[in-house]
Amino acid sequence: MNWLRNFVRPKIQAIVRKKDVPENLWETCSECGQMIFHRELEANLRVCPECGFHMRLHPEQRLKLLFDEGVYKRIELPEVPADPIKFRDKRRYSDRLRDAQNKTGEPDAIVVAHGRIGGINTVIAAFNFDFLGGSMGTAVGEGIVAAARLAVLQESPFVVVTSSGGARMQEGVLSLMQMARTTVAVEEVKEAGLPYIVVLTNPTTGGVTASFAMLGDLAIAEPGAIIGFAGARVIETTIRESLPEGFQRSEYLLEHGMLDLVVQRAELGNTLARVIGILSNRGPVGELVPIPRTETTPPRPD
Amino acid sequence: MQHFLDFEKPIAELEGMIEMLRHRTAGDGVNTSEEIAKLQAKVERLFRQIYAKLTPWQKVQVARHPQRPHFSNYLAELVTEWTPLAGDRLFGEDPAILGGLGRFRGRSVVVIGHEKGSDTDSRVRHNFGMARPEGYRKAQRLFQMADHFQLPVLTFVDTPGAYPGVDAEERGQAEAIARCVEAGLRLRVPFVSVVIGEGGSGGAIAIAAADTVLMLEHAIYSVISPEGCASILWRDGEEAKQASEALKLTAQDLLTLGLIDRIINEPLGGAHRQQRQVVNAVGNALDKELTRLAKLEGGVLRAHRREKFLEMGKKGLG
Ligand SMILES: [Zn+2]
Repeated sequence: MNWLRNFVRPKIQAIVRKKDVPENLWETCSECGQMIFHRELEANLRVCPECGFHMRLHPEQRLKLLFDEGVYKRIELPEVPADPIKFRDKRRYSDRLRDAQNKTGEPDAIVVAHGRIGGINTVIAAFNFDFLGGSMGTAVGEGIVAAARLAVLQESPFVVVTSSGGARMQEGVLSLMQMARTTVAVEEVKEAGLPYIVVLTNPTTGGVTASFAMLGDLAIAEPGAIIGFAGARVIETTIRESLPEGFQRSEYLLEHGMLDLVVQRAELGNTLARVIGILSNRGPVGELVPIPRTETTPPRPD
Repeated sequence: MQHFLDFEKPIAELEGMIEMLRHRTAGDGVNTSEEIAKLQAKVERLFRQIYAKLTPWQKVQVARHPQRPHFSNYLAELVTEWTPLAGDRLFGEDPAILGGLGRFRGRSVVVIGHEKGSDTDSRVRHNFGMARPEGYRKAQRLFQMADHFQLPVLTFVDTPGAYPGVDAEERGQAEAIARCVEAGLRLRVPFVSVVIGEGGSGGAIAIAAADTVLMLEHAIYSVISPEGCASILWRDGEEAKQASEALKLTAQDLLTLGLIDRIINEPLGGAHRQQRQVVNAVGNALDKELTRLAKLEGGVLRAHRREKFLEMGKKGLG
């Protein structure tokens, strides 16, 4: 295959730059700029064969990848008031929302499903970055709450796969409050003694990182994912600091102690199955018992 | 020296005239005291007119007013035996968030708040109220201490937002904020928060997921600064005024949305005109809340608090 890549690619690249090529046949890696044949990219789980960059995965593809045999059941999420603060910038938020719904065929930026991982019933909530940048408004908050409650109800581990630009500005402070709301939701999972695992994918920033995404029992990231609170551009423009090499990438976070694991997409399913299996295999927990005290007479000075 | 905001210019002129009259020597035939009284009545009328219908953008200016009382002013007036506690026990001490032990109207309490600073030196020292992970981790530590010793917690919110810097990111700014929210929600003691100026995004809610959230009349609380919102959605930071209207960041909007519990009225002309008065009003409101919450058992407090935040998002402006 290498000869093909090195030899044939440049030529193909030149040809397909023309607009008349159907978009879905070739895709450009946002990291290395390489044109990749669509089918090859899909077969490689949307990981660039050239540079190893993990491109965005549709939530349905993600669920198929993570659940045993690709089998899962989606749950319908409770409805929330659309456009709760009647927001408008250059366009109405309600219009942007409708466009995103039409484009993705989804009601909002989160998908919740349950199925088995390594034979253990598990709930997954996966973000859809194509829906308004995976931003967290009330619907996403509702999705996390519903997913967490389903996990508690089924006594299942809970996995969230994040990909989000942060809070959804167009829902004002309501979206900020989702940080506290989702924190309570995942706390309920933890209190039930169930594993809560976060898989961070490119990119995860802002209010999502600063809430449930950083509260996992385990924090696992895909390679090369941008993970942080403030956006790199914001840091550069407001603080005028130049950014270190690899800043806010998974490997950088791993090095700084913010992640447990960085795992290749192809290995993600196995890794989850393994850790869920280990964490779910709990023996009986001993009760706290007071240590029996025998009456002793204090030594008497002679 | 009083600092006047743009829309306060007519008032500034009148007050200038009053000042001039005061310095005139008596006996030149003009009854100055009568004239001063007249002008003062006019000033009051103007204040009433302007402050009764401040636009969101004007409120942003008032909330950020350099002479608005800051956390330190509240501490000085309301907390006795104040004992600031420093450090996160992990990396450092962050003066953007102050916290410690003290007594508030007879009760032992833990008090935490953002401090913006009041002159060039102190602003730099407190990093303009923009905390790094150490600040949020210190707050977590104090939350835990409050829980351990069964002390009620009071927090004062006044921050443009969490500090966006390389060092903050590499030490886990997001994780520090997330754990801070978590620690506040876990408390089994009364927890009252008051937004005294600027409630800037994640950096604000980090210490404000409380049983009762109070807000001063002209304070603001927002998911993003109007300037930041404008530069992203309008692609023009100059549209901040429009963004401030769209974001619904005023105390009045937040109360309507059910995201805060009560508004504390400000004296005529805003908190910056009558510092003592506003600090006392805040003290009274906090006292009332603590008295009410003190009757509830710790587990009940926590359950109610969690229930409250779980409900947020089910209701819009309608
Ligand atoms: Zn590539």
